Amino acid sequence: MNTASKTQAVSNPNRRLISLSSLLPWAFAALFLLCLPLVFQSSAALTIMNQMAITIVFALSYNMLLGQGGMLSFGHAVYMGLGGFFAMHVMNMVEYDGLWLPLPLLPVVGGLFGMTFAFLIGSFSTRRAGTVFAMISLGVGELIAACSIIIVVFFGGEEGISGDRTMGPEVLGYDFAAQSEVYYLTVIWLLVATVLMYLFSRTPIGRIANAVRDNEERAEFLGYSQRHVRWMSFIASGFFAGVAGSLFAINFEILTEENLNLATSGSILLITFLGGVGFFVGPIIGAIVFTLLQTVLGLYTEIWALYLGILFVSCVMFFPGGFAGIIAMHRRPLALGKLNLLVGPYLKVAIPAITSVLSLAAVLEISFHKRHSFGDDHEMSLYGITFDSHGYQALGFAIVIAAISLFLVSRILPSIKAAWDEANHAGDAQ
Amino acid sequence: MTVPAIELRNLEKSFGLAKIIQGVNLKIEKGERHAVIGPNGAGKSTLFNLITGRFAPTSGGVYLHGEDVSGMQPFEINRRGLSRSFQITNIFPNMTVFENIRCGLLWTMGYKYSFWHMINGQRDVTEKAEQILEEINLTARRDLLAGTLAYAEQRALEIGITIAGGADIILLDEPCAGMSHSETDLIVDLIRKVTEDKTLMIVEHDMGVIFDLADKISVLVYGEIIESDVPDAVRASAKVKEAYLGTTLEEEDA
Repeated sequence: MNTASKTQAVSNPNRRLISLSSLLPWAFAALFLLCLPLVFQSSAALTIMNQMAITIVFALSYNMLLGQGGMLSFGHAVYMGLGGFFAMHVMNMVEYDGLWLPLPLLPVVGGLFGMTFAFLIGSFSTRRAGTVFAMISLGVGELIAACSIIIVVFFGGEEGISGDRTMGPEVLGYDFAAQSEVYYLTVIWLLVATVLMYLFSRTPIGRIANAVRDNEERAEFLGYSQRHVRWMSFIASGFFAGVAGSLFAINFEILTEENLNLATSGSILLITFLGGVGFFVGPIIGAIVFTLLQTVLGLYTEIWALYLGILFVSCVMFFPGGFAGIIAMHRRPLALGKLNLLVGPYLKVAIPAITSVLSLAAVLEISFHKRHSFGDDHEMSLYGITFDSHGYQALGFAIVIAAISLFLVSRILPSIKAAWDEANHAGDAQ
Repeated sequence: MTVPAIELRNLEKSFGLAKIIQGVNLKIEKGERHAVIGPNGAGKSTLFNLITGRFAPTSGGVYLHGEDVSGMQPFEINRRGLSRSFQITNIFPNMTVFENIRCGLLWTMGYKYSFWHMINGQRDVTEKAEQILEEINLTARRDLLAGTLAYAEQRALEIGITIAGGADIILLDEPCAGMSHSETDLIVDLIRKVTEDKTLMIVEHDMGVIFDLADKISVLVYGEIIESDVPDAVRASAKVKEAYLGTTLEEEDA
């Protein structure tokens, strides 16, 4: 990264507030999202896409803390969950008490509640960054999760609370009973929230949040209270988390303790990190990949969470920049016009790499099947092959394949490294 | 009589039992370039940290333009027109050089905690930042990450961030530490240029720099100021020679 920036040309800043080139990706994304239901029409697909949209908003709000503000929170689900619970109660007030509120405005309400709690909790948790902040967030997360079981009137105990989204006034003739109508509501909120969070990162406070993240002491000597800067980021983040919670309430019409417990807080950290905390689009990528893995992988295997865990650990160890970081690494070869040098080596490593992943997964699957299959169920089917999971042949075969393919990968890696260096080297071949 | 830009009254600072600053009295007039020298461990950096709010004094007071600022937070003191640089380079390494300067500008240009301005759309900020880049000769490095700059350039950037906000009192903590002769000359010229009409307080080990730049020199030894006068008087002072300067000055003259 360091060397990459050294050769960046001195460019003039974009002085116009909105230019065509910066507007284009947004317009494209909006068009894409609005056309998506034409391709995926099934209710299950719409549910996955809604889930994805909610996770994106939640992950982006989380990255306002982690990526942009340098605050590692272990309890961000609190703000999404509380926003969602309040939104659900308001939804029920619409149904039973005749409160007039069109459904599309519900996320504003949830957002304001998320923001209120971020204001209150942030008033003491943002005093310090680092470990202190992380520990307070963990404590508050545990506290609120415990409250959700204790305060049954509000949180509904173990069953949670539910509602009916269709009871509000109709908007343009829609009552939001159909999944596709909810999809459009969710997607429009996704776009609005994403644009707002993007714009926030480009305001003075957004940039100073970066400054405080990088060097809080220096920022203090430039007239900024690090605590106030963090607090303001925290409040803004709480708003968007509340929006995500409201969208969850609208989509699933039920909220439970699961929406604000530590597991949810942990997974949003995982998603954001997987996508890449250093980039605005990182959490978006992370949320899409995670939701796909969770739903698609979940259809095929019971141990999908294990794979996700392995993916997370290897990401932290080998690609701390996340998916967005991997993409960004290729900007320099692209700028040098040398991206083509990498295509060959990448293709060469693809086959053994995929083979090793699949065979390692096979080792895990076979072992899992052996331990957990019912009674005499020795028959197992994997990648279209049916075999006896209790024999040593299948397991041995998988291990041998994995060993061979890993060996091949290790042999190809040096040539990839050489190609990488060459692709990042300005000027002619060495 | 005018109000001094910086006034220290019986300033003391202890860490546990160790008395680092033992009753310092000092007045620095507006527009004066004041150097603080002294052997290692004399408390020069601690003195800076007390003035800028990094540490709270154990007793005594710090006055900026007559206002008592002791015990205030660094950002509050900065807002009263005092800005400092650091002995160990203290910049925003993951931001571009331009953004580093811009961060130094935002508060005093009135953007404060604004979330209703688009930062790139503020022409006044961009122009001012570019003007400062020009002054510190880093225009060509504008879009590089600050952490990738060479050491001397980072030192220049440090000074740029410090003066960006337009503070009228500038404190520089060893701006020339670790620099070669030619780099030092450049930095001294830069300091002279950017602190024109401002009050400057500087800690430095390089005696050439001190005698070149300073209107007045204070000598700090074991947390006490033993002499505070114009350079020639300090050079001639027997007390100073005895305590600290003797050998250094002879070398300088040779």
